[in-house]
Amino acid sequence: MSTIFKILRFDPPKDEQPHFQEYIHTPKPGDTMLEVLKDIRDQQDPSLSFRYSCREAVCGSCALTINGEIGLACRTQFEALKTDVVVIEPLPNLEIIKDLIVDFKPFWDAYNYIQPYLQPEGEAPPKGHCVDEKDMEEVYQFITCILCGSCYAACPVATRDGRYLGPAALAKLYRFAIDPRDKRPWPALARVDNPTGVWGCDTVFRCNDVCPKEVRPADGIEGLRRRMVVGRTKHLFGRKK
Amino acid sequence: MVSHDILIVGGGLAGLAAALTSDPKLKVAVLSKVHPVRSHSISAQGGINAALANNPNAKDDTWEKHAFDTIKGSDYLADQDAVELMCKLAIPLMYELDHMGVPFSRFPGGVIAQRPFGGAGYPRTCYAQDRTGQVLLHTLYEQCVKKGVVFYEEVLVTSLVVRDGRCVGLVAYDMGTGEIRSFAAKAVIFGTGGYGRIFKLSTNAYINFGSGIGMAYRAGIPIKDLEFVQFHPTALYGKNILISEAARGEGGYLINNKGRRFMEDYTPTVMELAPRDIVSRSITTEILKGNGFENAYVHLDLRHLGREKIEKRLPGIQDICIHFAGLDPVDTPIPIQPAQHYSMGGIDVDKDCASPVKGFYAAGECACVSVHGANRLGGNSLLDAIVFGKIAGLSASRFINEGGFAGSKDAEIDGEAGRLTSDFEGIRKRDKGHNVYRLLNDLKILMSDKAGIYRDAKQLREGIDGLGRLREAYKDACIYGSCTRFCQEFVTLVEFDYMMDLAEAILRGADLRTETRGSHFRTDHPKRDDESWLKHTLAAYTEKGPVFSYRAVNVDKYKPQERKY
Ligand SMILES: Cc1cc2nc3c(=O)[nH]c(=O)nc-3n(C[C@H](O)[C@H](O)[C@H](O)COP(=O)(O)OP(=O)(O)OC[C@H]3O[C@@H](n4cnc5c(N)ncnc54)[C@H](O)[C@@H]3O)c2cc1C
Ligand code: FES
Repeated sequence: MSTIFKILRFDPPKDEQPHFQEYIHTPKPGDTMLEVLKDIRDQQDPSLSFRYSCREAVCGSCALTINGEIGLACRTQFEALKTDVVVIEPLPNLEIIKDLIVDFKPFWDAYNYIQPYLQPEGEAPPKGHCVDEKDMEEVYQFITCILCGSCYAACPVATRDGRYLGPAALAKLYRFAIDPRDKRPWPALARVDNPTGVWGCDTVFRCNDVCPKEVRPADGIEGLRRRMVVGRTKHLFGRKK
Repeated sequence: MVSHDILIVGGGLAGLAAALTSDPKLKVAVLSKVHPVRSHSISAQGGINAALANNPNAKDDTWEKHAFDTIKGSDYLADQDAVELMCKLAIPLMYELDHMGVPFSRFPGGVIAQRPFGGAGYPRTCYAQDRTGQVLLHTLYEQCVKKGVVFYEEVLVTSLVVRDGRCVGLVAYDMGTGEIRSFAAKAVIFGTGGYGRIFKLSTNAYINFGSGIGMAYRAGIPIKDLEFVQFHPTALYGKNILISEAARGEGGYLINNKGRRFMEDYTPTVMELAPRDIVSRSITTEILKGNGFENAYVHLDLRHLGREKIEKRLPGIQDICIHFAGLDPVDTPIPIQPAQHYSMGGIDVDKDCASPVKGFYAAGECACVSVHGANRLGGNSLLDAIVFGKIAGLSASRFINEGGFAGSKDAEIDGEAGRLTSDFEGIRKRDKGHNVYRLLNDLKILMSDKAGIYRDAKQLREGIDGLGRLREAYKDACIYGSCTRFCQEFVTLVEFDYMMDLAEAILRGADLRTETRGSHFRTDHPKRDDESWLKHTLAAYTEKGPVFSYRAVNVDKYKPQERKY
C-alpha cells in the first residue's frame, strides 16, 4: 500500500531550519523501516542521509524517532506501524548534523568519563579469572547494550541538563562495578556520586521503556546508588582509621 | 595534510587490535567509515577458538589438534606455519582478553566455557552467550579508550598512495565535512574487512563492500585466493541474517521437507557439525532435489533443546527469530538457506602481516595470510582478526622504529587527493547517467548467479562478460543527489569501482582453478587436484585486468589427505 513518509530534513548551514519532506512509497511485505528508508533514498532521493550498518539490531547505528517513538529502524517492521502517514525524525537530545544523523558527542563524552574499561588487579591469571557463571550472568543484562543512544535520547534529565551522563554510560559503569574481576578504586566509582551522575536520575524509567535490548539501564543506576551509599560510608570509616 | 606515524584503516577487531599493540610512543590513528563499535565484527555470534581444554569432553585438546582441524578444514590450502602460529597464540590470547574484560561464559568451577563447532574435533569455541563479536569489539574499543587512541570516524578511505614500492599515505572522504582529505603516514595497516555485499544473499553488514582489498590491489599489492568465498549454511530465509553455527553446536538439527535429518546422507559421523562448505552444499543439493520447503529453504530445528537452553545459550538468535521472522525457535523450526558469509581470500600478506609494499600491512578478513585456505572453520576468523591484528601493530611499529621509512611525500598524496576531488566534481557535473545503486544491485545478482555455491566454466565466463558490461555502464555513472556531506551515493560510487575489481578476481580466479577444493566447487571438475592446484592464486592489477600467478602452499607436518567427516 502506498504510504506517505514525512522525513525530517536539515542540512546546515545551507538550511536555516529543519523541515519535513514528504515521500510517497510502497514498502515490500516484511520490510523494516531501514529497508524503507534505503529504498526511498536509492529510488527517489539520494541526498537523504541516515546511519546504518548491521541491519540486525546489534551495531546501534540506526536509532530514530518513528511516529513519535524511539526505536531501531532496522528492527521496526513497517507493517506493525499501521498508519497511512509515517513520520521519521532523528533522535532527540542530540544535535542534528544532517537529516537523520545526530551528533553523538555528549553520549560518547559520558561514556569516556566513566572509565569504560575493566580495572582488574595485577597481571592476567595464567588460566584466566575464576568467575562464577551466575556472576557473569548478572553482567550479561548490561553487556547486551548496543550503545544506540535510544535511552539517552528518551531521558528527560538529559533534555534538561546536557551535563547529565545519561542512562547508557551509568549502566556501563555498573556493568564493571558488578564484574567480579573489576577492582576499580573508590574514587573511580565516586566520579558519578553527584547530580550529573547517579543522583541526577528522575526515576521515570523512560530508558527502560525505549531500550531495544531490554538492558533496563535504570537497574544499573539504582544499583550504583546503593554502591555510592555503601562506598561513602566505608570510605569515611577507612579514612578515620 | 594530517601526518601520523601509523594509520590504521578499520575499526573492527583487526584494526583495534593493531591499535592496541602499536608502540605508544608513535603517533597512531584509526580511520573508519563508521564508528568502530558499528563495525561488522559486532555481528559475530558463535565464538572464538582456542584449545583451552576446559570442556569436560576435551581434556586432551591441544593447539596442535586445533591446527590440524584448521588445516583439514581448509582443504589443505592454508599455510601450515601460519596456522600453527595462530593456534598456539590463541591460548594466551583468551586469558589476555579475559583480563581486558571480555565476559566469556563460564563452566562450573569458573573457567571459560567452550562449545562444539563445525569441523572441530573438540569443543573448543569460547563464547559469551551468542554475542561473542559484540563483547570482543566493545572490549577492544574500551581498551583503545583507555590507551587514548585517536580516531577519525565516518571517514571513508578512497585510495592508498604508494610510490617506489613504499606506502606513503592515504586519501579519504570525510563524510562529516564533505571534504576530500590527505593523510601522510610512515606505515599503513588495513583492517578493512570483507566484501560480502558483492553478493545478493549475504549475512554481512550492509557496509561490507571490501573496498580496502580493492585499494591495495590497485596500489600494486597482489590479492590472494579470491575465488574462495564462504557460504554459511544457515542464514534466516528472506532476510539472510545469520543463525550462528552455535545453534548446531548446541544440538540443533537440519530437517528437510520429508522430516528427515538429511545430513545423515552426507556426513553421517558428524552430522550437522560438518564444515560449512559441506553443509551448505548439502542443503543446496536437498533443495535442488525438491526436498526443500517452497523450493527455497530447509528447517533448522531447535525445539528439542528446550526453552531454558535456548534462552540461556542462544538468546540473540531467539531475538533475531522473533523480531525478523516473527517466530520463536522454542516452538517453531527456523527456515534457513545458505548465504555468502566470509571471504577467505584477500590482500597477500605474510605471517608478519607484511605485504610486498614497504610500510603496508593488512590483517583480518581483508587479508589472506593464509590461515583459512579454501574453507574457514567457524570461530577461527575472530581469532585470525585479533591475532594478526596484534601482529600487524607490532610489525608496523618495528618497521618505523628500525628506520624503515625514508621521508614523507606530501605533494604526491595531495596530488592524489586533487585527482579524486576533480573526478568527483566531474561526476557531479553529469546530469544524466547510470544510477550507482542499480549498478550495484546488478553486480550482486551477477555474482550470486555466476559465482555461487556451484560453479562451472560456462557460468563463470558469462559472469566475466556480464561484468564487462557493468564496467562500461559505470563509466557514465552519475551522482543524482546534490549533497556533499554524508553523501552515501558518492561512497557507493567509490566503493563500487573497487568491488568490480574484486568480482573480476573472483570470477577469473574461479574459472582458472579447474578443480574442486573447499568452498570452490566446480561441477565440471568435481575432484580436488593436488598435483596441479595445491597452490595459492595471486592476482596482480594491470590496466587490462588481473594477471595471475601461483605460489606453493606451506605444507609442513600435515600431508594432504582426502577430507572425510
Ligand atoms: C553474521 C556473522 C557472524 C559471524 N560470527 C563469527 C563467529 O562466531 N566466529 C568467528 O570467528 N567469526 C565470525 N564471523 C566472521 C567475523 O565476524 C569477521 O570475519 C571479523 O569480525 C572481521 O573482522 P575485521 O576486523 O577484519 O573486519 P570488520 O569488523 O568488518 O571491520 C572492518 C572495518 O573497516 C572499516 N572500513 C572498511 N572499508 C573502509 C574504507 N574504505 N575506509 C574506511 N574504513 C573502512 C569499517 O568501517 C570497519 O570499521 C561472523 C561473520 C558474520 C557475517
Ligand atoms: S543497523 Fe545496526 S542496529 Fe540497526
